[in-house]
Amino acid sequence: MADTAASPAVAAPLRPMSGRRTTRGHLAEIGRYGELLHMLVRKELTVRYKNSLLGFTWSMLQPLFYLVVYTAVFAILGAGFERFAVWILCGLLTWTLISSSLTTSTTSITANAALVGKVKFPRAVLPLASVGAALVHFCLQFVALVAVLAALRHPVDWSYVWLLPFALLTALVVCCSCALLLAAANVYARDTAHLLDLLVLGWFWATPVLYHFGRAAEWLESIGITPWVLYGNPATPVVITFQRALYGRDFVGAGDSISLLPHHAPLWYLGVLGITIGLWTAVGWVALRVFDRAEVNLAETL
Amino acid sequence: MTSDATAVAVEQVSKTFRISTDPVMSFKERLVRLWRTSHVTFDALRDVSIDVRQGETVGIIGHNGSGKSTLLKCMAGIITPTSGQVLVRGRLTSLLELGAGFHPELSGRENVYINAAFYGMARKEIDRRFDEIVAFAELDRFIDEPVKHYSSGMYVRLGFAVAVNLDPDVLLVDEVLAVGDELFQAKCLSRIKQFQREGRTIVFVTHDAATVRQICDRAVVLDRGSVIVDGRPDEAISTFREHLHGSLSERPALDGEALGDGGVIAEVASRPAGADGDRSGRFHIEPGGGVDLRITLRPVSPIAEPIVAIEISDRNDTLVYSADTDGLGIKVPPIEEACRLVLGLERVWLLSGEFHVSIKLLDRADGAVHGWREHATTFEVRSPRRAEGIAAIDVTLRREPG
Repeated sequence: MADTAASPAVAAPLRPMSGRRTTRGHLAEIGRYGELLHMLVRKELTVRYKNSLLGFTWSMLQPLFYLVVYTAVFAILGAGFERFAVWILCGLLTWTLISSSLTTSTTSITANAALVGKVKFPRAVLPLASVGAALVHFCLQFVALVAVLAALRHPVDWSYVWLLPFALLTALVVCCSCALLLAAANVYARDTAHLLDLLVLGWFWATPVLYHFGRAAEWLESIGITPWVLYGNPATPVVITFQRALYGRDFVGAGDSISLLPHHAPLWYLGVLGITIGLWTAVGWVALRVFDRAEVNLAETL
Repeated sequence: MTSDATAVAVEQVSKTFRISTDPVMSFKERLVRLWRTSHVTFDALRDVSIDVRQGETVGIIGHNGSGKSTLLKCMAGIITPTSGQVLVRGRLTSLLELGAGFHPELSGRENVYINAAFYGMARKEIDRRFDEIVAFAELDRFIDEPVKHYSSGMYVRLGFAVAVNLDPDVLLVDEVLAVGDELFQAKCLSRIKQFQREGRTIVFVTHDAATVRQICDRAVVLDRGSVIVDGRPDEAISTFREHLHGSLSERPALDGEALGDGGVIAEVASRPAGADGDRSGRFHIEPGGGVDLRITLRPVSPIAEPIVAIEISDRNDTLVYSADTDGLGIKVPPIEEACRLVLGLERVWLLSGEFHVSIKLLDRADGAVHGWREHATTFEVRSPRRAEGIAAIDVTLRREPG
């Protein structure tokens, strides 16, 4: 039926259609589907804001909203320090990036069961797209935060600002590693999503977002535990870097200067971030292998 | 055994599903029950091996439960075989679902990009082919409207338009093409034929025997997870149909052997009308001549109100005549034991050609099919007339006065 003289001689070698891959092969495959990742992130955003009045400016208004609420609340409660709301925002933005990445990626595969059963593509793209979407929201909110800082003419500590991209990168490595593990786990045990909710709650309070690091460190020392325990939480170095750079070390305003964050040079922060990235890259490598193993039976389990 | 010409190699693929009779789907349940679960295993595929050469179009036929969807998913890489492997040369695209990734809120344009991305296309490729895709789908005016406003036909056309513009080396298709109206199906078919001319490899999974005969070079029949036939389409289809009949009657089911003689319709022989019973050999008739079909029956169970159905098609599988004794008002006496019926085709006004006859035996009472013989026999017509087509028509010409 076909004219063999005209047929394109496909010179490629015979490749297996499924089965385990090497980690490098897995990453290469994800790379080939980069367009898909990009489109899924875009889709998530377009769909969310498609029929809304303000569009994506909602993402930007959120921080402003928090600002107003927290300022009012803490003014009434009398707790906290000068520009407490700004302090909170610095940490909250990165925390939101982490928590929303995790909660959306957990259900990313189970919610797309139909696709997984019908089309071949590297499933890792789904949780990674959730992380991508969370990242875009973060960027929008960050723009709002920068606007607030500029409006208040807040003394940003410029010698620490260069650390911010590294902090963001650390957060992303943590998010991606957890996203892969959670998404795979949720397919085999559907209550992963619920367990995660509890975990995120606990994790939030273990991260110095609403309180300052200095206080937590003091308290731990007073009961005989080294403050280094706080760095076990990968979100901590990220959050304190943002706070240090954007808010400053001591609190703003007249009166007694309280040390909110430890007295460390920028390179120290870089060191801690570096260790966290290194550790979590290893976790990420394991996560990819676990995901690859789980992917073998994914379509049938769904 | 693969060679340089192999496009898809299915090598001893087996797939066993472990179906939990009471699945554990949460951590809580697992804690409560530890690892005590009960399973049932189901062998969907048993040691299937198929070698598809480049440029071939292979059809895979089987009833529901034969394992053909599982095989298709293994070939597409969606399911991993329990043992064995599937190897593919070049880019394989599977059309198991049109419109994968479509979101109703997004416009046709945005959905094309997402759908194409799911098939692994890069942005530049999609940009290049975008106009072709929209033109094929005939949706130029609507491409920027949200897909939720499309009719189901438009939806399917868009999905298919993306899929066929993918430039795969191997194309895997299932019944997804059955969706859509006649015009659309014709378009699909012509695109598939174009793919064949371009030398691409196609694997086609279907129930529809006619399509298999039309476009496949080869057909593979699956039954309960094993390959029972792998060869020419008409042979495969015959076996498939006979097998189907075999499982319908009370006979014990045949385990994978091709049906030769035997079966309820034991033999059908064609003779020129009125010829002696035992004279054999090739013959031909002229248009208007008669053919007797001697049908030897060996029923498994008695049939109170039998109906004999006949189907005559030409060499290209175009249907020439199809009817049954019930519709023709012919009463068939009850059949209890082996007997021989003669179905007389009295005046066969056909032009030259070789015609296949298929015979079906049914019971009027419950519509059960007792026997079915596809291409049971053939007869030849030789027409001295210089005319083309199928039907032989007597034509005269005269002049009217005035």
